[in-house]
Amino acid sequence: MANTELVAELLASIKQHHYGPDVAHVEIHGNEVLGVHLVPGLEVSSRSLPDGVAVEIRVQRGVHIKNPVHFCFGLLPNQGVQRILSHTVIEEGASARFIAHCTFPNAVDVQHRMEAEIHIGKGASLGYFERHVHGPRGGVLIVPKTKVYLEEDARYTTEFELIEGAAGTVELDYEGVCKAGATLDMKARLYGRLEDTIHIREAVRLEGEGSTGVLTSHIALKDRAQATIENEIIAEAPFARGHVDCKEIVQGEAQARAIPIVFVKDHRAHVTHEAAIGSVDSKQLETLLSRGLTEDEATDLIIKGLLS
Amino acid sequence: MNLLELKQVSLIKGGKALLRDVSVDIWEGYVHAVIGPNGAGKSTLAQTIMGLSGYRDIEGDIRFQGESIKGLSVDERARRGITLVFQEPARFEGLGVVDFILAGAKKKERPVVEEALSIVGLDPARYMGRAVDRTLSGGERKRIELASVYAMQPRLLLMDEPDSGVDIDSIQHIFTVIQKLKEQGTTVLLITHSPDVLKQADHAFLLCAGMVVDKGPMERMYEYFNGKCTPCTHIGFPEVDKN
Repeated sequence: MANTELVAELLASIKQHHYGPDVAHVEIHGNEVLGVHLVPGLEVSSRSLPDGVAVEIRVQRGVHIKNPVHFCFGLLPNQGVQRILSHTVIEEGASARFIAHCTFPNAVDVQHRMEAEIHIGKGASLGYFERHVHGPRGGVLIVPKTKVYLEEDARYTTEFELIEGAAGTVELDYEGVCKAGATLDMKARLYGRLEDTIHIREAVRLEGEGSTGVLTSHIALKDRAQATIENEIIAEAPFARGHVDCKEIVQGEAQARAIPIVFVKDHRAHVTHEAAIGSVDSKQLETLLSRGLTEDEATDLIIKGLLS
Repeated sequence: MNLLELKQVSLIKGGKALLRDVSVDIWEGYVHAVIGPNGAGKSTLAQTIMGLSGYRDIEGDIRFQGESIKGLSVDERARRGITLVFQEPARFEGLGVVDFILAGAKKKERPVVEEALSIVGLDPARYMGRAVDRTLSGGERKRIELASVYAMQPRLLLMDEPDSGVDIDSIQHIFTVIQKLKEQGTTVLLITHSPDVLKQADHAFLLCAGMVVDKGPMERMYEYFNGKCTPCTHIGFPEVDKN
């Protein structure tokens, strides 16, 4: 299949068909970069590896990229391995938003491995939204590992969303380190079905004075899906602030486990933690039942809200 | 004409009789109130009519539009036209106001949401993009709850302590909606121990220790709030009624 056809098919699988000229986008199918369209201030380069592809991304100092930059990572055949090593630098005072679409619509035996390192310069910001679109069979192994380094007053927000299709096996591991005044906000929203196995580790070290970290995991599980969520905040500087929010709705024979770790090394720091794991909240359910929804309809609506 | 009839309804939970031989007729098209001291069984009565979990195993019968609903689940009762507004409405993380209001709406159309929010005094432009979550105040949450009921257009609305946790502005909007729903044919049953809320009713029942001890037009029943709680058997249950 020609590259243009592959790109078209990748984009169709995420219901995206074309981008305007002022929208930067990068398409990677398997371990091959098929297309790159850049805007001023954004640099993207790639090189092939024996078992993957390495991608360098840089937003130049002081540049504010107006439109989100779209990355489409995917594999259309039902088998194969995609391994991406990415290195991203957001230079001092720059800002950008990245939207990564990860699509494996036909997966039966597919692996998607991402090893990412992100450096966000002083006063810079990056928003990273990663949406996965999987097929109904769940034959996917997803292993995203990301390390984020935030300089003073930098800001990083990330959302990992896997709601459509069966998750398969997910091994998500995100780590962040915040210098003074930096803010890191990580959110994971997943829906596990059938035999899906989800393991999420989100960790942040607040090493700078006044730094902030928020870790949010909202998970819904049904059938025989299983999830383990590890949220870890280490606050080691004065006036560091952290919060962990873990909510999991469990239905059917699904199982969920949450392991929060909160470690405060400075008496002027403050970290909070909240977790709720179990069935759908009875008051929420009864409210919707008393509006005439069936139990299944009410549960779906509550989960839709939790994962939105 | 009776929309709802409770016939000798008793409910025992944990060895305690929460409702005792309660028989009431709820006339269609009126606003009724159930008044009484704390622990009298007022909220229990509303939850029993709605058929909530833990309030289903009753003696006696509940008939709605002439048919027994005793064996029906909450959602089946709701689809017959009964709904309940809780004293403390639930909050739903992430669930949008629009989705929440449309969930039980008779017509699943966006203008229905706009109208419902306007009726309860909330600007649709400000609230349609929000979630029914902890960012809403108690008054806002209660008004959105009522907006969802307005969109549902129930035959019978059960409201548990409509003035609980709301400011003066919110309560005026809530009263307006109660009267508006009445005009549109909804029968309302208010659970309250507030004189102001009772004034919204045409007729009231006085509940004490799980029993209906008096009933009558609102004006006469209002005397309850002047300390004239008679007749009253004061049989010593629950404990709070002894004093």
